[in-house]
Amino acid sequence: MDFLTQIITGISSWIIPGLISLIIVVAIWKRIPVYEAFVEGAKDGFQTAVQIIPYLVGMMVAITIFRESGALQLITQSLNPFFNFFNFPSEVFPLAILRPISGTGALALTSNLIATYGPDSFIGRLASTMQGSTDTTFYIITVYFGAIGVKKTGYAIKVGLIADLVGIIASFIVVTLYFK
Amino acid sequence: MVNWIWFLLILFGIITAGVTGNIEVVNKAIFEGAKSGVTISFGLISILTLWLGIMKIAEEAGMLRQIGRLLRPLVGFLFPDIPKDHVAIGYIISNMTANIFGLGNAATPMGIKAMKELQKLNPHKDRATASMSTLLAINTSSITLVPTIVISIRITYNSANPTEIVGTTMIATIFSTAAAILLDRWYRFKNIKNK
Repeated sequence: MDFLTQIITGISSWIIPGLISLIIVVAIWKRIPVYEAFVEGAKDGFQTAVQIIPYLVGMMVAITIFRESGALQLITQSLNPFFNFFNFPSEVFPLAILRPISGTGALALTSNLIATYGPDSFIGRLASTMQGSTDTTFYIITVYFGAIGVKKTGYAIKVGLIADLVGIIASFIVVTLYFK
Repeated sequence: MVNWIWFLLILFGIITAGVTGNIEVVNKAIFEGAKSGVTISFGLISILTLWLGIMKIAEEAGMLRQIGRLLRPLVGFLFPDIPKDHVAIGYIISNMTANIFGLGNAATPMGIKAMKELQKLNPHKDRATASMSTLLAINTSSITLVPTIVISIRITYNSANPTEIVGTTMIATIFSTAAAILLDRWYRFKNIKNK
């Protein structure tokens, strides 16, 4: 492992224990009853998760039907010529479609692409960059609005999806230029 | 918009399966989807309970207000309608920081808590406010600077240089986040005009 990797993995395993230590030390210093405060905040956790269920069930049913029925593949195939025109590798294209819809699906696909083509191939690098620079828009919108019971979500989905598209295009251009 | 997306995902899926003779797959998918919705929600119980508890300690110790004050110029620009010193700001910054370090498990509970605080300021409880949309825009465009999960996958598959994608990810993220913030601004002001 190179030096940067060691630093990053080292720091990332310290972030959460470090953060929790910092918070409880400062709180004790300020004479806060830490355990009581923890329990007070934590008691909302269960109720919030339960409140998200109807939103998430609704969205997951729609997404699973779309993914498993072959509709996702159909769209991928029909848009293939368009992507080939820009030299966008057709192997990575399903990831571009899946990324905003399904977090676990996209992660599995990224792992699969890296395993098949190698992490240091163009496809592996592009998949890595796309996976890291975009997020599961549908999941975030469903969970965040679900937790507070907002049904009229306005323009948030549009913004999220366009940002994903920009992220995918930017990933393709940056990876192409950077690893030339 | 969300109604149309939901409708189209389901109908297009069922029609495709019907035409290709895969309707049995849809039957399975319907119940699998419902099940995974519940499974994901239940998976959130542990991280929500943990982080809502930890963050309550930080809130009572005054740490959230303090970060809010420290980053006031940035937050004031992105979220002009949140009152100064409101605790929502501290949660928003915590959520953004967790995202930057690729800590999805911590980012979601902090984001949800920020949404709950924003909901207290919302005059129409079933409708998204401009601040909520901005928070969503930042989260959906993902401001990850250290993609920890991707790096660990690359290590697993013996990459010669697992972190070489940190730079490209950072640049791509800057583009997608900038696009999200600009679009959010545009809609925000369009909505104000229409009122």
